[in-house]
Amino acid sequence: MSLDTLPRAMRSNHRRPRPPGRRWRSRLDVKAMPYALVSPYFLLFAAFGLFPLAFTLYYSLYDYDLAGTTEWAGLGNYTALLADDDFWNAVVNTVGMFVIATVPQMLLALFLANALNKRFRFRLAIRMSVLLPLVTSVVAVAVVFTQLYARDWGLVNWILGWFGVDPTNWRAERVPSWIAIATMVDWRWTGYNAIIFLAGMQTIPRDLYEAAAIDGASRRRQFWQITLPMLRPTMIFVVLNSTIGGLTLFSEPTTFYNGNVDGGSQGQFQTVAMFIVKEGFREFDYGYAAAAAWLLFLLILLGALINFLFVRRIGGTK
Amino acid sequence: MMISRRRGGLAAASALAAAALTVASCGSGSTPESSAPASSAAAEPVTIRVQTFGGGTNFGYKNAIEKWNAEHKDIQIKEEHLTDQFEQQYWPQMIQWLQAGNGAGDVVGIDEGGMGLAKAHPEWWADLKEYGLESRKADFPAWKWENGVTADGKLFGLGTDIGGMSICYRKDLFEKAGLPGDRDKVSALWPTWDEFMNVGKTFQSKVKDSKFADGTNTLYQVVLYQEAAKNGNVTYFDKDNNLIVDKNPAVKAGFDFATKMSQQGLTAKLRNFTDEWAAGTQKGAFATLGCPSWMLGVVSGNAGDAGAGKWDVAAVPGGGGNWGGSWLAVPKQSKHPKEAAMVADYLTSAQTEASIFTDFGNMPSNTKSQADPAVQGAKNEFFNDAPIGEIFAKSASSLQPVFLGVKHAQVKNAIESVIQGMDDGSVPYDKAWQQLVDDAVKAAG
Repeated sequence: MSLDTLPRAMRSNHRRPRPPGRRWRSRLDVKAMPYALVSPYFLLFAAFGLFPLAFTLYYSLYDYDLAGTTEWAGLGNYTALLADDDFWNAVVNTVGMFVIATVPQMLLALFLANALNKRFRFRLAIRMSVLLPLVTSVVAVAVVFTQLYARDWGLVNWILGWFGVDPTNWRAERVPSWIAIATMVDWRWTGYNAIIFLAGMQTIPRDLYEAAAIDGASRRRQFWQITLPMLRPTMIFVVLNSTIGGLTLFSEPTTFYNGNVDGGSQGQFQTVAMFIVKEGFREFDYGYAAAAAWLLFLLILLGALINFLFVRRIGGTK
Repeated sequence: MMISRRRGGLAAASALAAAALTVASCGSGSTPESSAPASSAAAEPVTIRVQTFGGGTNFGYKNAIEKWNAEHKDIQIKEEHLTDQFEQQYWPQMIQWLQAGNGAGDVVGIDEGGMGLAKAHPEWWADLKEYGLESRKADFPAWKWENGVTADGKLFGLGTDIGGMSICYRKDLFEKAGLPGDRDKVSALWPTWDEFMNVGKTFQSKVKDSKFADGTNTLYQVVLYQEAAKNGNVTYFDKDNNLIVDKNPAVKAGFDFATKMSQQGLTAKLRNFTDEWAAGTQKGAFATLGCPSWMLGVVSGNAGDAGAGKWDVAAVPGGGGNWGGSWLAVPKQSKHPKEAAMVADYLTSAQTEASIFTDFGNMPSNTKSQADPAVQGAKNEFFNDAPIGEIFAKSASSLQPVFLGVKHAQVKNAIESVIQGMDDGSVPYDKAWQQLVDDAVKAAG
């Protein structure tokens, strides 16, 4: 019976003489029901995605101050931001940390996935264990890494000391601080990306490899000529995901500096997300923070586009 | 009919609840000192959240709260120590809660740096006069009292502690460097800041694995406040709230001293109230730091029991000054303003402030506790039985109030960041002053 309903209702659309109530109901069934069924996602998206986006845009056109007074600013916040050294400093930091974190992370994840894609004992347990860093809380990770990278009694400086390297002040120097934070990010996300790569690898048909092996292709050649090109859709997903995560980086660098959004005495590792929180909730200039949030949004779109174009070429047929 | 009857029932229920509340609050009325077990008949104990900040033992409320909670079954105090850092974390969070009308505790601590802004927002606070606390006026020096009163006459803050000045030093490290360990002899080593620096050079030539001072910041603050007293008692803002960072000689004096200390390599490059600084206190990374009275509890709390007896307190070069000190306020959003006012009253009472000083070291702003013989004669066990009563209480009444602007906390953070950046090498020495001025202008917005 119920299987029958849909085609009949569809047919009913074409037939003019019908009782009006019934026609209305069946049309509702066909036209509105699918929308109703998919609406929860869109309602949630509207409430938690679209509305904040529009609201932020609205706010970004106003000037706020600590006393709570509001004033129309037009594009003033945006022009001020583009001339603000601190904002550009945050942009450079964010992009710098993103590159330092993501490039090794992708390579390592790919390598790990390739290693996990073989037959060995306790395969499932070992594959699962790669995900462990992801389930530990960011704060716990950051606390441990903060101690590892402590200037005075940190493990990293101690080990570097064996090789005659002078103690590094990981929180005061720009590039070292980026490296420290990048390792934190990689520790958490490499395993996650490796598992996704692994899933992608397992969808590649076996016979491709068999055929290649018969043709005398080495393991390495198989990896470059079969695995990588076939993995491209997965890679696009992973890279876009990392772009979004990397450009909105907040927890690691904040915890690295005592939970302070200044990101070092001179903003050595202040990311754009930290800059937004600082302007919005430390200086209470909501309009300025909202404008910065919109610029970050554009930055992410740009980053995603560049990475998309880049990844599309990887392992291409040339 | 149905609806109105139901409403009637609701109204009756709420009237009952209100009555119960009144009974409860009547039972616990009058002054806190006399309200001991009389109110134990009240049904639900009221929990009063007291929010504080600061390192180590911070406000020193541990014992006082335990005592209150044992004596008052109907009102329980719960201390929420939010963070070590006032300007960077506690105060912005508090402003957010106060603006949102939700989240702040029933009693909140405010550092002197936040008072300018707090005063400019009477709508944030409950008026403590409504709870009979106008009577406390005689307990405080005029400036401490007046800073807790808004322009329209609302009493919102009661004074907790005041600064005072000293130098905390590691006796054992001084002896290791061949310097005297005895506090009077140490004090005699440095009548001026130049001599202080010379002692530093001697120390540093003998001891390699510890630095002479913690960083540039605590000493900068000490010099700033000493010099402020000579320059009209203002720091970053004049009394009309104009930014005067580039004009006030006190700021330049503090900055210059910090620069010299850093250039001589006498600092451990640690910023106070960070985790590394706290760890450094414990592990002997540095031998001295600028110590207002409330810093004693910070040092002892950070150093832990293992540090007892290793630390001592000496006189500060260049005379007194008044860095720091806080107030307690009751936000308007508190559900129990009456009980909160009682708790604020208790925590700032002569007896409580005196016991905080003898237990932890925060110098009372309450003049009655300052005059208390127990305070005057107090010694601090952790600091080698240093006669802290003599060091701090004697000069307490002569301390001058320093005016701090509405945006003091924001500007202070910006300036400290530059001075720290200069010390840790991220700001070149020759560009630091200009950047300090620029960043201060930016922070003052």
